[in-house]
Amino acid sequence: MKKEFTCGLRDGIPIALGYFAVSFSLGITMVSAGISALQGAVMSITNVTSAGEFAGVRVIAAGGTLIEMALTQFIINLRYALMSMSLSQKLDREMPFWQRFVIAFANTDEIFAVAMNHQKSLTLPYMIGLQSLPILGWTAGTFLGAAACGLMPASVSVAMNVMLYGMFIAIVFPVAKKSKPALVVSLLAVFLSCLFRYAPFLQGVSEALSIIICTAAAAALGAVLFPVEDTERAGSEKE
Amino acid sequence: MKIYVYIFVMAAVTYLIRLIPLTLIRRQIQNRFLKSFLYYVPYACLMAMTFPAVFYAADHLLAAVAGVAAAAFLALRNKGLVTVAAAASVTVFAVSWAMELLG
Repeated sequence: MKKEFTCGLRDGIPIALGYFAVSFSLGITMVSAGISALQGAVMSITNVTSAGEFAGVRVIAAGGTLIEMALTQFIINLRYALMSMSLSQKLDREMPFWQRFVIAFANTDEIFAVAMNHQKSLTLPYMIGLQSLPILGWTAGTFLGAAACGLMPASVSVAMNVMLYGMFIAIVFPVAKKSKPALVVSLLAVFLSCLFRYAPFLQGVSEALSIIICTAAAAALGAVLFPVEDTERAGSEKE
Repeated sequence: MKIYVYIFVMAAVTYLIRLIPLTLIRRQIQNRFLKSFLYYVPYACLMAMTFPAVFYAADHLLAAVAGVAAAAFLALRNKGLVTVAAAASVTVFAVSWAMELLG
């Protein structure tokens, strides 16, 4: 049990470092929206989601309604429902309800990706270990970013902004290099995402909705063209 | 105070999205299409969020392109998450700095 926890902690270190950098710039954004460092830290520790929080800050800055806030979060974070569904397949079927309540809390893109790459079926100690440092890094980064706002040159925060994308590339590229289905799905997602960005008639679609559509379409096509084997998840082998 | 109400709504919606599929779907999914679909979701989602947005994440397009190139180079050599992310970040910083110098 203890080994599972430390194993999770170790796997969470790179995520925590990446989160710290990203949430640092999130904290800076929050200050300009009139959110204090403490409020930012509360938001980060209760939400643990980059895109959702970025959007939430904009809603607050614009003085949006609570309905608008709920809808924005629903659309932007709907992908977590797909991830949770996927994750539930890797949990022990006998895992009690309350443990699932804990695991659900910080099912982020990166924690999900690492958890799905984990060789064995997922236990509560492993998931708590995996989630603790990223939650800490995410919250501390937000707080310090908001607190240190104004002390830091913009060129540094801009460069740190790119770290999150670097992490995404580090997760996907090695798999896409080895697996043709993953490569095709990835390329299709990029193609669709560019289409939403540059095609004039699609530019009105919000970024959040575009991500949902790109994800669903690319994954659906992958599922039709390259169904994974029933016995084993095709990509769960370590890179 | 109003900000905490916003934060509560955000947190509640986000948690429910994560929780419901994890608690209500307790048997293994048998449908092969759905299984495959869910397997491909993370790759599709991460790539759709990265491209083309990453090219606008830096002040200069060239700096962003260099950062992506550095990240891709190292990722394809199976370097770890931190190495790849740090390389992307340092590259963007260095190239931006060089471009500022050159005017």
